[in-house]
Amino acid sequence: MKRLPATDAENLRGRYPEIFDRPLSSRLAMPGVIAGALGIFAFGLVELEFSPGRMLAGLHQLGWIVMLMIPPDPGSSLPAYLVALGETLSIAMLGTTLAAVFALPVSLLAAKNIVPSNIFRFPVRRFLDSIRGVDTLIWALVWINVVGLGPFAGVLAIAVSDFGAFGKLFSEAIEAADKKQIEGIRASGGNALHEIRFGLMPQVLPVIAGQVLYFIESNTRSATIIGIVGAGGIGLQLAEQIRVLEWQKVSFLILMILVAVAAIDWISARLRFAIIGKRAVV
Amino acid sequence: MTSAVSILPDPQLAVLNEAYRKAVARKRLRMTLATAVFFAVLVIAALGAEVNPATFVSKIGNFASYFDRIATLEGGARVWSDIAEWFWGWKKWLSLLGETILISYVGTLAGAILAFALNFLAAENTSPAPWLQFSVRRLMEFCRTVPDIVFALIFVIAFGLGPMAGVLAIMIHSVGALGKLYSEIVENIDMKPVEGVRSTGASWVSCMRFAVLPQVAAGFASYTLLRFEINVRGASVMGFVGAGGIGQELVVAVRKFYYSDVSAILLMIIVTVFVIDIGTGWARGRLFGKDARR
Repeated sequence: MKRLPATDAENLRGRYPEIFDRPLSSRLAMPGVIAGALGIFAFGLVELEFSPGRMLAGLHQLGWIVMLMIPPDPGSSLPAYLVALGETLSIAMLGTTLAAVFALPVSLLAAKNIVPSNIFRFPVRRFLDSIRGVDTLIWALVWINVVGLGPFAGVLAIAVSDFGAFGKLFSEAIEAADKKQIEGIRASGGNALHEIRFGLMPQVLPVIAGQVLYFIESNTRSATIIGIVGAGGIGLQLAEQIRVLEWQKVSFLILMILVAVAAIDWISARLRFAIIGKRAVV
Repeated sequence: MTSAVSILPDPQLAVLNEAYRKAVARKRLRMTLATAVFFAVLVIAALGAEVNPATFVSKIGNFASYFDRIATLEGGARVWSDIAEWFWGWKKWLSLLGETILISYVGTLAGAILAFALNFLAAENTSPAPWLQFSVRRLMEFCRTVPDIVFALIFVIAFGLGPMAGVLAIMIHSVGALGKLYSEIVENIDMKPVEGVRSTGASWVSCMRFAVLPQVAAGFASYTLLRFEINVRGASVMGFVGAGGIGQELVVAVRKFYYSDVSAILLMIIVTVFVIDIGTGWARGRLFGKDARR
């Protein structure tokens, strides 16, 4: 190995001032950000009452709980759990479909290339944003007040909170659509509805279908938890068994959820591939 | 300018038309079948979820009137007529909101650090051993499939009531979610710098530090900010199971029918989520902006 001659190094310094002579502020920026982030982290640990003692005691307790969970055993309630699981899948499926059906027309109103006027678009967007800002569990609480305890409240909760998400995602898909096909329809004498139906929909429907499938998948997860506040499904059983410390049943229920989610993942991945594959062929 | 459109002779055209019709018919048949199956599944699901349109129709009025009630003070006036009365508990609520943000911050950062340590083991192109990759991936899958609030339920029993359980639950969920996203970024990098660093005799850790990290840092930071945004929402309901934050107040207000409190707390949550959304969006824009300039 040969060291660079000193003059060469000087030369390099001169040629690349942005690497060798960065101003102090840009040198300090990164360490400053990291120090700040860690500072808030440390403050948070103190503020939220973390302590090594509590941590150790908790881990010890957690170890016991895990020991008690093995082996997973449903006892005599397996049929009830299967029904609850079916309920959960139904909630996810129905809620997502309802949300998609209602979100599609609204998403047109939130898309820049359909509604160019900012005055109309802005309130629609903010409306969708505020729906998304509220967690599914909170919506479940609200719907329980309206239609009573049970899975129906769960369906409505998922539908409402996904409505916000779909509205945003669909409108983004619509904005990303190619203008040429719409112009083609207009050039051949189509009106605005024709443009949307024949110019826009064929482009965005595969994207939308993919997103809906993905949400059914992720809602299977959300649907497992809305039972915790009483909106039906397997979450209700899970929360109950945790409260009465039946750990073997808890672990069995968690396993059931994992298997169900994996199965839905697999199916929806297949379907999504089929849809996108078809699109590539056409 | 004119150009002649050549029209094929009829027999040739008939063959083409026939082929087209067949292709479309097959497509339409498949579409109809798929729609039928979909509706059948939907009906089964509706039966399973005890969906009752009659209940819905008879109770939908409650939905509107619920929002009417949460917009009304106890005295009967509209909430916005007396802001001080509406937000009577703002000091307590603000400090709880602060706690919520802190929970998601600490949980996200701790999760990001763990995910950072694990993701290089899980990525196809950087994993040192196949068995290690397999086990780390399964671990992350487990962490992200079990919902964070289920972890919170269990941790509340193990670690006691309070924000600590919420932080740990968010941390574990973030490890799973971020670990997957991180390892996907790592799988998309350019491998030439890695080869360059390895050819100088560097260890695995040095390869990650000097060849992989500079390529992925901006993407990691962007996903972490996005996760923080999601976790703020998640932390706002941790209180439902006693794991700290504003959720506790909200669930009490809903269950005990303190209507104006419900709307006040909901409004504060929505505004907080907005502010965090805008803040992280701005920060992510800056990160990617810097990336593009380089």
